[in-house]
Parts: sequence; C-alpha cells; structure tokens
Amino acid sequence: MDTQLHKDLLTKAFHIKKRFLGMYKAANAGHVGSSLSVAELLTFVRFGWMKDSDEMILSKGHAAASLYAVLAEEGILSSEDIDSFYKNNTYLAAHPPVNKVKRIPFATGSLGHGLSLAAGFGIANKLKKSDKRIFCITSDGELNEGSTWEAALFVAQHQLTNVVWLIDRNRLQGYGRTEEVMKLEPLADKIGAFGFEVIEADGHDFTSLESSKFTTQSSKRPVAIICNTTKGYGWKTYEDKVDCHYLPLKDEQYDLVLDELERGFELSKSVNIP
Amino acid sequence: MRVEFAQAIINAFDRTANLAFITGDLGYMALEKVQEKFGERFINAGVAEQNMITVAAAMAHEGFLPWVYSISPFVTLRPYEQIRNDVCLHHLPVKLVGNGGGYGYGIMGATHHNIEDIGAMRILPNMKVYVPFTASDVAQAMAQMIIDDSPNYLRLNMGAKISNEVSPFSAWRKIKNGTKGVVVGTGPVMENLLNMSIAGDLEVWVLSIFPIIELPEELIRSINVSKKLITVEEHRGECGLRETLSYHLMNELTTSIKMLSLAAAGYPSGRYGNQKWHQEENNLAGKGLSDALQHFIG
Repeated sequence: MDTQLHKDLLTKAFHIKKRFLGMYKAANAGHVGSSLSVAELLTFVRFGWMKDSDEMILSKGHAAASLYAVLAEEGILSSEDIDSFYKNNTYLAAHPPVNKVKRIPFATGSLGHGLSLAAGFGIANKLKKSDKRIFCITSDGELNEGSTWEAALFVAQHQLTNVVWLIDRNRLQGYGRTEEVMKLEPLADKIGAFGFEVIEADGHDFTSLESSKFTTQSSKRPVAIICNTTKGYGWKTYEDKVDCHYLPLKDEQYDLVLDELERGFELSKSVNIP
Repeated sequence: MRVEFAQAIINAFDRTANLAFITGDLGYMALEKVQEKFGERFINAGVAEQNMITVAAAMAHEGFLPWVYSISPFVTLRPYEQIRNDVCLHHLPVKLVGNGGGYGYGIMGATHHNIEDIGAMRILPNMKVYVPFTASDVAQAMAQMIIDDSPNYLRLNMGAKISNEVSPFSAWRKIKNGTKGVVVGTGPVMENLLNMSIAGDLEVWVLSIFPIIELPEELIRSINVSKKLITVEEHRGECGLRETLSYHLMNELTTSIKMLSLAAAGYPSGRYGNQKWHQEENNLAGKGLSDALQHFIG
C-alpha cells in the first residue's frame, strides 16, 4: 500500500474515532462498540476506495456516530452539527436520518434494508449505464434478516458488479454471539453459494482492506468482503463483549480508551508499511 | 382492471422516459406485453417482496418511476416496513399496484384477500391510495399517479358494471341523487348497491382517493338534510372508509345523524367462496345488502 495513503488513513481513522468517542461520551450513549468495530472499514471505504459520485450505505445504522464522524472528517458535517448528536432538535439521531444529510441517501436502523437499497442503486445505475458504485456495509447480526438474503439473490441474479457488500464480522449481535444465536458459519460458503465472490479481510487493517479492494476490481462477479473485526476494538474493558453494544463510556473508561487510541496511533507512525 | 392496467402502462411507456416495471413473480397471461414493451426495464424480482420494495425505493432515488406489481397483500402487508421506511419516509414516487383488493381472489382464500390494505396504506406518510371504481377509471387514475411525485398504491379489482353515467376519475364523484339517505362508498363493490331498485331512493357518492383531504360541500349539505349516512366498502370499516369519513364529518356536520356501516367483517362462517359469495356473507351484496338498506332507510 502507498505509504502516504496508509498514513493518511491512519490519521483519519484516529480523528474519526476520537470524534465519535467524544460524541458518545457527551451523549452518555451506547453503540460505542458497534462504531469501534466498523471505524477502519468506514474510513477505508470513504477515503481509500469510493469516488465522490459513488454511494455508501451504512446498513448497520446503529453505528451512525462513526458515519457522522466520517462526514465531519470530510467537511460535510460541522462541529456544531456534531455537538448536536443525540440532543433534542438535532438531525443527528442515534440512527441515520431521513433526507437531511449529504451522503446519507436513506435512513437506516431497521436491519436488513441496506443490501436491498444497494441492489436498487445497483440495478438503476446498470440500466443508466452509469459507473457509480455502491458500497454497502452490513453487520453480521443482520444476516439473520431474510431480506438480506433476498437482496443477495437479487444482486447475484442481476450480476450487479457495481455493488460491493462489506460485512462487519464481529461475531456479536444484540443478545449473544452470532454462532450461538443464529449460526452463520460457514458464512463464506453460504454467500459464495448465492453467487458472490467472497473475500476475507482484516477489517481493522488498511493493508488487508486494500488487498480486498484490488481483488474486487478484478472480479467478474458481485463481491462480498467478510471483514473480520472485533466489537469494541480498543475499548479493552468490554472488547468482544455484548456489553460494548449498550454501555456508555464512564469517565475513567473514556480516558483509558482515548489513551489506548493515542498510544496506538503514535505506535503506528513508527511501523513500516508492507 | 388488470387488462386496462397493462394497456395503460404500455401506453405510458413511450411518453414517460423513466418508467420501470417490477413484478413479484406474478402476471401470467397479463403482463407478457408489458414485459415485451419494457425490455430490460421489466424486472421480475422473484418471490421476495421485501427486497422488491426497497429496490424500487432506491431506483426511484436514482430517477426511475418504478411500478411494483403483485397480488394486493403481497405488495402491501408483507413488505410493510420497507414501504414505510424506504418509500414513504423518503417521499419517493414508487407506485404500488395490488391486484385483487378486498375479496378479489375469492376461493383462493384468506391469505390472498386484502381487507386491510386501504387502511394500512392511507396512514403512511406521503402515501396516496387510488381505488378505481370502473374499468375505465384505471387509465385515468394511472395518469394522475404518473405525475404525482408521492408514493401511491393502486387497488385493482373487477371494474363496476353499472348503468349510471360516471364522470371522469376524481377523488369524489356523485353518481346519483336520492332523498332517503346518502351513501358514500369506495371501489367496485358499489355496483351491488347501484344495481338494486332501492338505490333509486338514495344519493350515492363514490370516493376513489385516500386519505380524505376535504369533503365536498354538497355532500355535507346532503348528509345534514337526510340525516342518514350509509358507508359501503369491501374493506374493514375499523381502518377504512367508515372511520376516516366519520372523523371528517365530526368537524363538518351541524346535526346528529344515523349511520349504517356496510364493511368487510372478515370470515364470519370460516368458509370460503368466490368474491360475490364473500360480499354476500358480509352484507355487501344480495339479500343481506338489500335487507340492511331497507331496514335502515325504512
């Protein structure tokens, strides 16, 4: 990976995480773990992959704070907007809003809608012969939704290679581990059997994500990237625990997470990029 | 009305550049010519209605005017959240077309009927429901839907066959005059009443667009004078014409009136038959209807 791009992505991810951690802390709100799970993935899609004219759908709308922080990093949302998060009279609800924010084409939050939205964008732009691509980030819990699989059938049937499906595979859902609630494995085989080219990536590692980008670009079939992640990544107290889906950050935890984040960022500056 | 619907959408194709057609795997012996005309813009989305609606929403976002066709319950109730979230909340011009509203699918049974569709659809944000009365209404309703930038639901059925003259399609139409009471109904089921001799005594109105925006002054006057109102719908009264009309009348009437609601109660006997059989069981046709009317107007 280009060294400068890698540095830029690390810096942006650092700013994005710091921003949404501050938002969660100020709001005393949950879903911190969901945003920490998807932060690098969102950062890479927006700043390392998609064109301005492409579309990005965060189907796991409960990680909205991470999306808002990405949009702030891009300059679409102001610091006043960000400060309004979770407050009365805000546009920035806990889940992405309807028709109010650029780059949020649809409100999400009810799971299982995102891949169908991507399918609709995909077929519309295929008919229009437009080169717009659609990046859809789903959780793994929402693979319980039948509608996700309806959409998968549709994307494969119409060979919508302009759709890129990224799965935030943190193996936790609302009230348990995915494999204990509704077993998803062998997930790659399942999605592959639906007609997708399936790529596995480390969802916290930009080099791995970039490698999946190159594989996607040479694929003749629609691509699904299973991004292996850790829910609550960097929040050591609750990392990989259901608790990080719900609990807000206490003062001392917030300090610890920020400290961890800053140390990680400093360390990353001295590491050579493969 | 399916024949008229298919012809009207074919006719519209050349005039409307952004039309697309999506079917939920239905339309045998009805949509073949539509498919031929629409070419790659005819999409069979399979038996996957939730995905179908959301696909249509995103297509509308990208500038298409998608018409989404299925049997009534499968295009309204099955994907209800997709309609609310992806279509209605975002105010997108997706055109839902439900064949066989009411007991239209007759002996096919309860799963294929839809006596809650008008209620379920009319309460959604930005949604407008079109209920054609006669077969010739269909193309006129569709012409309005094409220029309506809101989400719409079109309820298809067998067109009413009546001898009365009917004015062009609009929300409110007075079909005939009468002095012993006022009838307000919706949909082709009204033909049963209009074709009875007792209808000669009644003033009859047909409502074809929901939600109700306002009531015609003439209708309010007539109800105030006759003090007898009859509502007729092949739909549950609880969430249908009866309830919504009552609310509007509460704000308009200057006198107390008596009201008779003729509506679909569901399956009182638990048995099934053709559409007319279900209408009769629910006092929407035949002796049950004429007795109810006779008893009410005296």
